[in-house]
Amino acid sequence: MILQDSRNTSGHGVAVRIENCAKTFADGTQALGPVTLDVARGETLVLLGPSGCGKTTLLRIIAGLETPDAGGRVLFNKTDVTRVPIERRNVGMVFQSYALFPNMTVAENIGYGLKIRGVAEAERNARIAELVELTGIEGLERRRIDQLSGGQRQRVALARAVAVRPSVLLLDEPLTALDAALRERLRGELNRLLRALGITAVYVTHDQSEAMVLGDRIVVMRKGAIAQVGTPRDVYFAPASRFVAEFVGAANIVEAAYETGSLRLPGGTIPIAPPPAMHDGQANGRVVAMIRPESIKLVPAASCALCGLVESVNFIGDKQKASIAGAAEKSLTVDLPNTVAIKVGDRVGLAIEPGEIRLLPGDLA
Amino acid sequence: MTTMRDRLIFAAQLAFTLLVAAFLIVPAVLSMTAGVTVNYFRGIESGVTLQWVIEVWQLYSDTIFRSFLIAIATLGVTLIAGVPAAYALHLRNDRLSRTIEEIITLPLAIPGLAIALALLLTYGGFGDFRRSWLFILVGHVIFTLPFMVRSVLAVFGASDIKTLDEGAASLGALPWRRFRDVIVPNARPGILAGSLMVVTLSLGEFNLTWMLHTPLTKTLPVGLADSYASMRLEVASAYTLVFFVMIVPLLVAMQIFAERGGGPLGLRR
Repeated sequence: MILQDSRNTSGHGVAVRIENCAKTFADGTQALGPVTLDVARGETLVLLGPSGCGKTTLLRIIAGLETPDAGGRVLFNKTDVTRVPIERRNVGMVFQSYALFPNMTVAENIGYGLKIRGVAEAERNARIAELVELTGIEGLERRRIDQLSGGQRQRVALARAVAVRPSVLLLDEPLTALDAALRERLRGELNRLLRALGITAVYVTHDQSEAMVLGDRIVVMRKGAIAQVGTPRDVYFAPASRFVAEFVGAANIVEAAYETGSLRLPGGTIPIAPPPAMHDGQANGRVVAMIRPESIKLVPAASCALCGLVESVNFIGDKQKASIAGAAEKSLTVDLPNTVAIKVGDRVGLAIEPGEIRLLPGDLA
Repeated sequence: MTTMRDRLIFAAQLAFTLLVAAFLIVPAVLSMTAGVTVNYFRGIESGVTLQWVIEVWQLYSDTIFRSFLIAIATLGVTLIAGVPAAYALHLRNDRLSRTIEEIITLPLAIPGLAIALALLLTYGGFGDFRRSWLFILVGHVIFTLPFMVRSVLAVFGASDIKTLDEGAASLGALPWRRFRDVIVPNARPGILAGSLMVVTLSLGEFNLTWMLHTPLTKTLPVGLADSYASMRLEVASAYTLVFFVMIVPLLVAMQIFAERGGGPLGLRR
């Protein structure tokens, strides 16, 4: 049973539902707790988390390379595919190591899935030409894999995965093996390609900027469980936990006393929009708040409500990063425009818009 | 100054290498020349002849053909059994598969005579089987299989064959198709190296074969021992000569083949 006719050109993939999927390996390690997740048709969902958080295991369960523990189900368009092996799921997969076949040329690699499906040679060649153009690897068709650069291999792997018009495209850290500059360029290309194909895609990465650029939604994972699901903006501006706040982007986490409309810190007070409800463990008025480095502005020290001393300044080019001591219990990191002139030892005032302070559940380390 | 010293060191190394090579090669050359000497005890002055070679051919040509038949059959069986076995062992890579791998490797540590004895005790009662060359084939397969499995496993380990297999599976290829299209072509350096070892080991195998053979199923090495024991020294030497003439071109051909077809993984030897 192949789940989707490979010749259906309009295919934007299937909706994927992961229901209660956990994975315990033979040696007893639980790589994934019970997870339930929906991927909409045509959506790019990014699984983001540190290594060992279970994101690759979850991807492999969707692919059919791992079977979930009893009780878990994987559904493609409401059809249960939990027991369907990968070769019959019609998925496209891009591996971290690309898994290109060294015994075949670039064209043969791209056309392999079509050949397996018995697509006639003429049609196959037309599709290969189409993908070679789409991924920008013209002229490399006759090359062997060991004659390609890392970036070229990545494109071939992608072309090969989408050649069969898969129901869902699965990408396992496809840019990790590349150097930083190339990674950034290919990230943009990959984004355009995924939008152009409009295919359901699940993308695994530990790189938060990759997740931001590529994901319609991001699933932040930690220790085999989902920490938060949301759009890149949700996850960035409204992290559900301290872990998410610190993993996605840079964050200042401050513990402070909440007093009618403001937070009291060692260096002064800052006004805060009243929280809708206090989280558990905060009834005594202690709160944990997140402040992004770019939401802190410098104001003259003379009239400051929250003050501190410049501890260090690092000029990065497009901006500078300063560390301000004395304002909160721990030093605050502040992103500043590259034109602001401050030096170590300066006394500065800090201003933060009330809406830019996010209260977090305090019990999460 | 340095060049002078370098040259001296090089000359000393060359001399040492040649000396070691001579130590190993001279006995073989002497033995082969004895095979074409009219009378070994009177030396090469007694004249050169092909008489002994002809005699060997008349007496023992069947052992030569049988040795090649057994070697090729052994290669066939180890290929058909060993390559898929290595594939399965590599993919599973659990405690059971490691135990099986150890069991397959065990015959390397057990003396050939003991294996032969075990085979005789177990299957000696099946008369027709016991008397046929197939009985020797079984012994040779037991003895050479670990070499095939090990060399294929080594290549699998070096080339991340598991991910290649998963890649092919993700494109819709069923296990047999993956084995044919992806696994075997990428295991080629290991398969060739394994084949080379299996054929040479089978051709030269004496221990097991000596126990398992019957007067009608002698192989080349067994015939060689036979001739050493019961013939003139010249005949035995001529036999050695025949053995060399047959096996050296075969080995060279296989080496060239292995180098040319070394495979795409940069594992060319």
